[in-house]
Amino acid sequence: MKRLLLALALIAGPALAVNPDEVLDDPVLEERAREISAELRCVVCQGENIDESNADIARDLRLLVRERLLEGESNDEVIDFVVERYGEYVLMTPTTEGANLLLWLAGPALFLVALLGAGAYLRGRSREAEPAPALSPEEEKRLKELTGE
Amino acid sequence: MITELGHVALILALAVAIVQTVVPLIGAHKGWSGWIAVAAPAANLQFVFVAASFAALTWAFVTSDFSLHLVWANSHSAKPMLYKISGVWGNHEGSMLLWVLIVALFGAMAVWFGRGLPPRLKARVLAIQGSIGVAFLGFIVFTSNPFLRNDFVPFDGNDLNPLLQDPGLAFHPPFLYLGYVGLSMAFSFAVAALIEGRVDAAWARWVRPWTLAAWVFLTIGIALGSWWAYYELGWGGFWFWDPVENASFMPWLFAAALLHSAIVVEKREALKSWTILLAILAFGFSLIGTFIVRSGIITSVHSFASDPTRGVYILGILAFFTGGALIIYAFRASAMEARGVFSMVSRESALVINNILLAVSSFVVFIGTVWPLFAEMFFDRKLSVGAPFFEAAFTPFMVVLAIVLPLGAMLPWKRARIGRVVRPLLPALVLAVLVMLLAWTMQTERTILGPVGFLLGVWLVAGAATDLMSRTGRGALGNRLRRLTRLPGADWGKATAHAGLGVTFMGVAGLMAWDSEDIRVAQIGESFEVAGFEITLADVRREQGPNYLTTMADMEVRRDGVLITELHPEKRVYPVQAMPTTEAAIHYSFWRDIYLVIGDPQEGGGWAVRTFIKPFANWIWMGSFLMALGGFFSLSDRRYRVAAGATKAQIQGVPAE
Repeated sequence: MKRLLLALALIAGPALAVNPDEVLDDPVLEERAREISAELRCVVCQGENIDESNADIARDLRLLVRERLLEGESNDEVIDFVVERYGEYVLMTPTTEGANLLLWLAGPALFLVALLGAGAYLRGRSREAEPAPALSPEEEKRLKELTGE
Repeated sequence: MITELGHVALILALAVAIVQTVVPLIGAHKGWSGWIAVAAPAANLQFVFVAASFAALTWAFVTSDFSLHLVWANSHSAKPMLYKISGVWGNHEGSMLLWVLIVALFGAMAVWFGRGLPPRLKARVLAIQGSIGVAFLGFIVFTSNPFLRNDFVPFDGNDLNPLLQDPGLAFHPPFLYLGYVGLSMAFSFAVAALIEGRVDAAWARWVRPWTLAAWVFLTIGIALGSWWAYYELGWGGFWFWDPVENASFMPWLFAAALLHSAIVVEKREALKSWTILLAILAFGFSLIGTFIVRSGIITSVHSFASDPTRGVYILGILAFFTGGALIIYAFRASAMEARGVFSMVSRESALVINNILLAVSSFVVFIGTVWPLFAEMFFDRKLSVGAPFFEAAFTPFMVVLAIVLPLGAMLPWKRARIGRVVRPLLPALVLAVLVMLLAWTMQTERTILGPVGFLLGVWLVAGAATDLMSRTGRGALGNRLRRLTRLPGADWGKATAHAGLGVTFMGVAGLMAWDSEDIRVAQIGESFEVAGFEITLADVRREQGPNYLTTMADMEVRRDGVLITELHPEKRVYPVQAMPTTEAAIHYSFWRDIYLVIGDPQEGGGWAVRTFIKPFANWIWMGSFLMALGGFFSLSDRRYRVAAGATKAQIQGVPAE
């Protein structure tokens, strides 16, 4: 029974995503590696980035990222390297190229349209409003007395 | 036997739902009171049948009746009772049955609490609600029958996905569904109003409590789900912008918008057709959410039991209800004439801004969620839209919302002067800026996220407090405080919910800006330091749970030599599903959480250990709880019940055509 327990515990696999043996000694480089990892999608997972994923391929990619960083590449160079191999699918942040502009601009554009529409509507509503008669100076004074200002 | 009774009850419920849809609709159109009167008992009966069916399925799960295919596939005799019960909705068929149960429940509740409704409107509301029941009951009976038997009875079951065996997730789906389906009430009221061709203050007063309740349930459901992700998935994130999370977030945003626009209809008889449109969209997005989760068309960590053919059916339901309602809307919306007039600077305008921000931000979430699908279908590009997109595209709207909210909340109706509102809010603004500066000087990182989040959060909380105090009028502080306790529930609800949003803002900003993390190999007996805490790995044991095996670490956390807590992070394996899970051990406290995860044994001895110190983490859920609580306060407002009674007499005076 005990051996069975041990065997079952071992199939558990990595539980940590980033494991201690992957971590670079240089904290600055490691910080950069984590930043890059958060930008790269684990290709076999469902919507996880490689920094969060327990999958083997995510681990391979994490190691690859760190290797390239140690070779002195910049963040963008590392990301480009991975994108060249796996396609833009691995990018967690979609690019702004081509049709993706629609994705990025849809929100702000709709916001502007909505503001213009609402502005027109509000103007219409307020034009219908009858102008309130202004208070005479005496009335203002009396009002101040009454409200104790 | 009980199973077969459940099956029959389900089919009878479908039959009753068809009657509930057809008869009152015709009756209301022709003015036949006998046909109108069918609606109420039909709604009650439908609820009874669906409840019986649900009870039968629950019974099968509780008694581990493995002759049922569904029980066999999703349960196990060794599973704790709580998860046997939550297993009922931890799968596709059962969760759809729960969905329909809640549709029927809301329909029946409209009968129980809807005494003051004009009979014709009530008949139409119940008929629309019934038609939603027909669609989903048909879906269950014809494509996802939970009562299928196995040819031979297996010895034991397949167990439930271990990730779902968790108290947080046991109650997450019911709350979420109460929210989704609660919006069906707003939808039914909207479509009924379109058919009637009339929307007035009384209509808004009937719709608001339903929307409010739905929004409260959605808030609780989403918060539970996010909390679950935080402690269960093992890396301390709380929101992943995953399609399924977005699916619940979009209706939440729309429900929040609807809640506010319904206030304008109720108080000022303006924004009528917009409110109707929001009600249709809010439920439409609930259906889109169901479609996304159930079809698996957009891959997600959460989509269990997904099936494309079922997706097509739900897509049909979605197209029918949303499309149908929008067509009626196109023809009838012009009949909704606005009456209230107001100036550019007024509470009304502020609520319009609120609606724009909430609706547009929800649209951003929507387009980000479906974009991968679009890009593949139309542009032949396989791409991902991940958290960084949503953080960049969604957050600005929330920032603007937070800036505007305290001002808008205090603007008077009809006509206002900005200066009048800004003056009482100055102390709140000063406090917010001071807290920001304090956060700025105390932090070691250079990120602006934390201080800005706290600026907005404090501004919201202090603004809500200012708003509440302003309701007590003038005079001595003592008198004002006494008056504070007598303020109506709606005032307290508004202030509490707005303050809750501020608390959540601070939680999110604090957690994202200032968390510290440590990954290392620790030998047994070794101590290490993370962000001022001394953490010791005392021992690692292997233990056996009711239906799992576990590797459990004993870890001690000290600060300045004083023991704060002992934590036991675990790594579990559920042998039936051969699936490992991480059970992080968390020491919750007001200012920060200590979050420990145990990893694998290392080759050179020792264990991989991951430590997070997560400041303000609890504030995220505390804020969500406050928002939900605010909703409850508003629901408890006497004015709803009193006003509902008052309008009843007035409406009954209208002669039948």
